[in-house]
Parts: sequence; structure tokens; C-alpha cells
Amino acid sequence: MKYWLIAAALAAATPATAQIVKIDGSSTVFPITEAVAEDFQKAKRGAIRVTVGISGTGGGFKKFCRDEIDVSGASRPIVKKEMQACAAAGVEYFELPVAFDAITVVVNPKNAFIKQLTIAELKKMWEPAAQGRVMRWNQVNPSWPDAPMNLFAPGADSGTFDYFTEAVVGKSKSSRGDFTASEDDNVLVQGVSRDVNGLGYFGYAYYIENQDKLKAVPIVNDKGQAVTPSMESVLKGSYTPLARPIFIYVNVKSLGKPEVKEFVQYYMTQGAKLAREVKYVPLPDHAYKTAWAHVLNGKKGTVFGGAAEVGVTIEELLRREARL
Amino acid sequence: MRALIAKHKRRDVLFALLGLLALMIGILTFAALFVDMALRGFGRLDLDFFTSFPSRHAGQAGILSAWVGSTLVMAVTAAFAVPLGVAAGVYLEEYARKNWVTDLIEINITNLAGVPSIVYGLLALGLFVYQFGLGQSILSAGLTLALLILPVVIVATREAIRSIPQIIREGSYALGATRWQTVRYHILPYSSAGILTGIIIGMARAIGETAPIITIGALTFIAFLPPAPLQAEPPYLSFEWLLSPFTVMPIQMFNWTSRPEAAFQANAAAAGFVLVAMTLAMNALAIWLRYRLRRNIKW
Repeated sequence: MKYWLIAAALAAATPATAQIVKIDGSSTVFPITEAVAEDFQKAKRGAIRVTVGISGTGGGFKKFCRDEIDVSGASRPIVKKEMQACAAAGVEYFELPVAFDAITVVVNPKNAFIKQLTIAELKKMWEPAAQGRVMRWNQVNPSWPDAPMNLFAPGADSGTFDYFTEAVVGKSKSSRGDFTASEDDNVLVQGVSRDVNGLGYFGYAYYIENQDKLKAVPIVNDKGQAVTPSMESVLKGSYTPLARPIFIYVNVKSLGKPEVKEFVQYYMTQGAKLAREVKYVPLPDHAYKTAWAHVLNGKKGTVFGGAAEVGVTIEELLRREARL
Repeated sequence: MRALIAKHKRRDVLFALLGLLALMIGILTFAALFVDMALRGFGRLDLDFFTSFPSRHAGQAGILSAWVGSTLVMAVTAAFAVPLGVAAGVYLEEYARKNWVTDLIEINITNLAGVPSIVYGLLALGLFVYQFGLGQSILSAGLTLALLILPVVIVATREAIRSIPQIIREGSYALGATRWQTVRYHILPYSSAGILTGIIIGMARAIGETAPIITIGALTFIAFLPPAPLQAEPPYLSFEWLLSPFTVMPIQMFNWTSRPEAAFQANAAAAGFVLVAMTLAMNALAIWLRYRLRRNIKW
């Protein structure tokens, strides 16, 4: 009895009638995409369904290039290997920048000696050679106290980890291993807020929501200015190299489906407002217009050429988008 | 002599205290966690919490898609694990010959019960999701969890059957009953209490599982329900929900704990409270059923 029911179920269920937009990818992009998905479904009164998963930037691209999902969120541009995988499967894509995030270096509010950090100092703390050797603050900078240095950072599956190591050490994923790692940024927040000698890094949103427990460290940029992460400094392009663009990638074939097209259009018109709401730095309005125009004009592919890059400012991103 | 008795009595008291301590460590830890969760989540527990979809606004977010997802996945799990597990258990106890093959099977089933759940997730990802093309659906998740609890159900079934005295079977055969009739009218009814307990313990484990469900691709944000199984127009029954995308309670909870906004922590606590309450309710059901079924057995 039960078995033929199930067999009948399988036979009956194959034609998918509901319109579903399938999204997966980076946990950094998730808050924006989730907000867009929530409002979009409300605006459409449930006629179009949107699902959002979190597999990380790399995991998202794997599914995207296997043609399993319509949209993939990415906290870094697509890399060579992923471009090849997509090409092999015949998956073409549009690359749409949706916002900027500022990776924020934080210390305990009681920490009085760190006023600013240079990339060279960060490198001394985080490079693989520091493992087991650079354990005290005065080893990084002699003017700092002789106290233990306790480091907190996202785990190796995170796009934030990829970007930070690329920007600071010079090679993606190249980092010391003896720090407290967690894929859950709240664990890092708790860690630094309870440890006077703690230092950590994660996305800007986690700092803003926990400002009372953490202190953001100004980072010295290539012009020699110490800049605190904020919406303004990211917009001006002075918070470098730790500000980074985040993207959605849309399958060209999926855009043929009206529900996906409507969703992406909604993303490009409401994305700025919603990005600000979830504490990301929105792009200037014309950036979203340009991106949507690229979709309408069929300008496919990436403007990054598959290489890992750091310190791309909003201005530079827009210039490249315009050239596509 | 008196001294010896006193010494033994002292040891007796000592062990009782030790045992009590051991018991309290477990119970108090659980109670503290549960009370903490209840206190933090209490403000969020209202009807809206159960009838709202997840949202980026902590105050409006609810667990509708999560508890419906969990319930449907559990239904599929039970529909597969119960008949398969009970049939396998009955066969092993009542039909199979005792030789090295059955010994080997027995060892393997016991081992399977200890395999980490993520391994089942990986197996299911390859087999159900891609090979059978079931996709990242309620059906895939239910089948995965069914595999996970199958050993528990089989072992419980065998234990329950073994506790039936041999004279019951001999009595049945003596009256000319076949093996099937003996199983159908005696073995199954008498062992049903123990089998039920095993099923519920397995289900209680399955409802809290996260790793295999994430592996096969449960979603984090989903703001709609699977298609309803009952339709207004013919053929009235629909099984489309089996292939629908879904999320479950533990995933919803995990997503909320990893949010930057502190207000979501209350949501996570409330969802945790509901999940524990669901598990306790299942266990309560098991105890009640066992009590009722035992009462009907008159040997």
C-alpha cells in the first residue's frame, strides 16, 4: 500500500509547476540576498518563490557551474578554475556587483595601546612564519606591551579569510594556523570582547552590531592615512585594501525565465536600500543601473579576469564595469 | 563484626551519593540549558512565531517553514524506516538461520548505529540527490534520516522480540499456526511496545540532526510552504511536496545564532525551546503508547 503510494507520488511529482528562483553561495552576501528575497516575495504575493542557501562562495560556484542554481552570491570575483568549470558545463553568467563590505579589524575596548595598524604589522601577526613564534604584542611592535597576543579569525572556508590573507600576506589562504578559528562570526565577537589581549577580523556588519563590545582599528592605507572603517570611508575609497566588492552571478540561461529576470531586476532596483539596511555599503545608484543595462544588452562574463585582486575601490570597479 | 557491618553500610551510602551525583550532573546540565533557553526565548513564543516565515527583522521572524519542514521530513522518515526496520528485525529473529552470515549482518548493523551521521549525508548526496535524481528535496532528506535510524529500529525490534518467551511461539505452533501466523498474531503484538520505543528514540535522534541535512542541501532561507498534500480538485491527493525544497528546525536555529543582531539570539533560544519540546512530546507519546500496549498483554 505504502509503496505504490510512493511510486505514484514520484510519478506525479516530476513536473515542477511552481516558479522557483534558486540562490546559493556566500554567507557574506546572504543577508542582502535574503532581504531582497523576503521583500520580493512579499511584493509578488507569493506568486514567485525564492530559496536561498549558504554554501560559501566556493561551494556556491560549484553548484552554479553544474547548472543547479540560478544565482550565486560571491564575496570575491570568480577565479580561473571556476571559470573553466563553468565553461566546460556551458554555463554563461552575468556578474553583478551588489555592495561593498569592509573587513574590520577589531580589538578589545580596553586595549589602549593600539591606535592604528599598518598592513606590515598585520602581516607580522598573520603570516605563516609567525606561527608559534610571534606570540606577544611587543614582538610585532616594540612599543607595545609584553603581553600575550590572542588572535581570532574566520575559518579557511570563508571568503573573508581568503580576501584578508590575500590583502595582508599577499597570497590567498596563506595564514598562520594557531589562532581561534570559527565559521560563526559571533564566536569571534565573543572571543575578542572577553579577551583584553584579543584581536580579530570579520565583516563590517558584525562590528556595527557589537560596537559597544569592540573597538575597530584604523588601518593605514597606501597613502599613509589611518582610516577607520565606515560607510563614508569605503565610499570615498580611502579604506583600502580591506574594503571589497561583493557580487551576485546570474546564469544567462536562467535569465530567460521571467521569474529570474524579475528577481534580478528587483535586486538591482532595491538592492542599495536593502544593503544599507543590513549594514553593507551600497554602490552609487548608477552602478546598479549600469549592471542592469549589461544584463539587458547581453554583456556576459567577468571584469576581473579570474585573478585574485585586492584594494579595488568603488570608483575602479565602476570604471571596469563601464568598459565591459 | 559490628565494625565490619558499619564499614559496609558506609560504602553503601557512599555509592548512593556517587550515583546521585552522576545523575545530577546530567540532569542539572540539561535543566540549566533548558531553563536558560526558555527564559531567553520566552518573549518570542507566541502564535505569530509559529505562523510566520523567517525574516531579516528579528521581531517578525518565525519558524513556520522550519517546523513544517521538520514535520514532513519526519513523516517520510517514519514511512520508510518503520516497515523496513521492523521487517528486517523480524526476519533476523524469526526466520533467518543462525550461522556466520547472520552473525556478520548482526555485527554490521550494530556498527552502523555508530557511524557518524555526516557519512550518511555524503552517501545520500551521491545516491539520492544525484544518482536517483531526487534533488534537494524533502524526500531525499527523509530517506537519509530513515537510513540513519534504520539500525536503531532493527536493534530495538530484535530486542523486543527476544523478550517474548519461547513458550508463546511453541504454543502457537502446537495449535497448527504457520510461522507467518505466529509472527502476525503473537510476536508483533507482544513486541510492539518495545518496537515503538525504538522507533521514537530513533525519530528523536533524527529530528535534531543537522549535518546530513545540510550535506544534501537543505536551505537557509525559505519563505513558502511545500504544496499541500490535499487538493481541492481531483485527484485530491498530491505528492508534489515530496520533491519540494525545505528547511528544518536545527538549521533555522543555527542560522539565527550566527546573525550579527543580538535580537536573533532570542529567536534561536525560542526555536531551541520548541525543538526540545517537540522531542519531549515524542518521548511522552512513546511512554504513553508503551503503557497502553503493555496493559493489553495478558500472558
